[in-house]
Amino acid sequence: MISATRDAQLAVSADSSAVFDFFQQTAAIAQMELKKVMRDPTEILARAVQPVLWIVIFGNVFSRIRAIPTGEVSYLAFMTPGILAQSVLFVAIFYGIAVIWERDLGIVHKLLVSPARRASLVYGKALSAGFRGAMQAVIIYFVALALGIRIQWKPLPMAGVLMGAMLGSAIFATFSFIIACLVKSRERFMGIGQLMTMPLFFASNAIYPLALMPPWLRVVAFLNPLTYLVDALRGMMIEHGQSAHSLPVNFGVLALIFVILAAIATRLYPTLAH
Amino acid sequence: MLCPEPGLVRFLPVVPTSDGTVADPLASAHSTGESFAIETFALTRRFGETIAADHIALQVPQGLIFGLLGPNGAGKSTTIKMLTTLLEPSSGTAKVAGFDIVESPAQVRRRIGYVPQLLSADGALTGYENLELSAKLYGIARSERKSRIGEALQFMGLTEPAHRLVRTYSGGMVRRLEVAQAMLHRPAVLFLDEPTVGLDPVARRAVWERLLELRSNYRMTVLITTHGMDEADELCDSIAILHLGKVAAVGSPAELKASVGPDATLDDVFVHYSGGTIQEEGSYRDIRHARRTASRLG
Repeated sequence: MISATRDAQLAVSADSSAVFDFFQQTAAIAQMELKKVMRDPTEILARAVQPVLWIVIFGNVFSRIRAIPTGEVSYLAFMTPGILAQSVLFVAIFYGIAVIWERDLGIVHKLLVSPARRASLVYGKALSAGFRGAMQAVIIYFVALALGIRIQWKPLPMAGVLMGAMLGSAIFATFSFIIACLVKSRERFMGIGQLMTMPLFFASNAIYPLALMPPWLRVVAFLNPLTYLVDALRGMMIEHGQSAHSLPVNFGVLALIFVILAAIATRLYPTLAH
Repeated sequence: MLCPEPGLVRFLPVVPTSDGTVADPLASAHSTGESFAIETFALTRRFGETIAADHIALQVPQGLIFGLLGPNGAGKSTTIKMLTTLLEPSSGTAKVAGFDIVESPAQVRRRIGYVPQLLSADGALTGYENLELSAKLYGIARSERKSRIGEALQFMGLTEPAHRLVRTYSGGMVRRLEVAQAMLHRPAVLFLDEPTVGLDPVARRAVWERLLELRSNYRMTVLITTHGMDEADELCDSIAILHLGKVAAVGSPAELKASVGPDATLDDVFVHYSGGTIQEEGSYRDIRHARRTASRLG
């Protein structure tokens, strides 16, 4: 009886230390990735250029012709969350390149020989990608401020936008990670990366409402995670912004997609060392 | 004396067992393997039609530096990848540090260190940060982390440049850092895949000295792959020559030389057991990797 209780206690402490290990390993991976980013912030600044061009040039032109019905919000405000989602996508989708680079060097082998859980290696990378996504949200907020776009400057929605950008970034980075595990070479990866970004971007509600799409494209958009990200961001980021789905639905769908992708990536990661 | 047939290879040096008796080398092939740091059982890996490792049977006693030699494509890297749990065997298995690589790979990983053939230290981080990451991934307690890292840095002669970015290190320094990373958790067995490829003679010697000290100071078993005959001769207590995925010969460098003839060098041994021909089909990928590694380290 006593020994049974003790066994149970030991089992619990083993479980909790396994959970602790998982978080510690995940945090260790993410922390190192972040250190690298912070050491070379030019990369982040360079990535701010593209969304600025989209909003300033594309946004301004399309605002003038008023071709896209966006209800009571201006087109510029309408597209701002879409451009945030886009920049999150465009940066995260090439995350796999870094993984292939690490494979060519032997860093992947070193990580896979360590007792760290494979899932924690995947989650650590996703977490660091998430922080990059959050930094992009900060940049878009500054752009919006400069252009006088009507933003909801409230802490709760802003925190929600950062969360959304993190989750979106984690999803596309993990997706990219899976592609990297499958193709294993930079050349092939670049081709596939280019091939994926445009359909994901245009088959979404990022720069026009779904209502404008032909039905078949609407079906594609419905299956596109970017649509849920844009929808969530649009409701939180701009004044009078409207989401088609509720926040729990949007975040629920995104979280589910992430967990599934992370599970696939965890299974595929060890094949990188073959 | 030397047995080229897989499955019948016996380990030549006579090893005292834990109860003080001297084990018969042939009998030990059937033992539980308690006294061996590494013991493989018909370890085999196929890639499609080709057999990269073919029923490899090896026994490496604790505390030795053991060399796997062979020409490109002989199966060295495949074997070391299976022993470090990076690659699953197609058939057969091995025990490393007392655990089965197929049944309990997680237990094996806790007890081994590994320095890949390629450059595995992260150039965008400092030496210290690289070690810190390893310490966390290996679950070294926070209270011990600093002293362990300091000890490893000192042992590898890297205390001074510890806080510089690794991309500013020389090839030899990077290799020493990688060994420091691999020894941080005091593994029972340390694996190094071509540890000195592309290093200049001074840097090579520095790595060898550290490995010899690791063996004597920490009683670590070290397994290296190499195709440098001088490396095998100077560093290894015992070597196995692989040829076309099979074990062609096992023994100490002196024994192997004696088996080929008087005045034989290890080069002669190598040529004798690897069929005397240069592998023409040595894959492009191997060459590319070796060159790339060499140019990075150089």
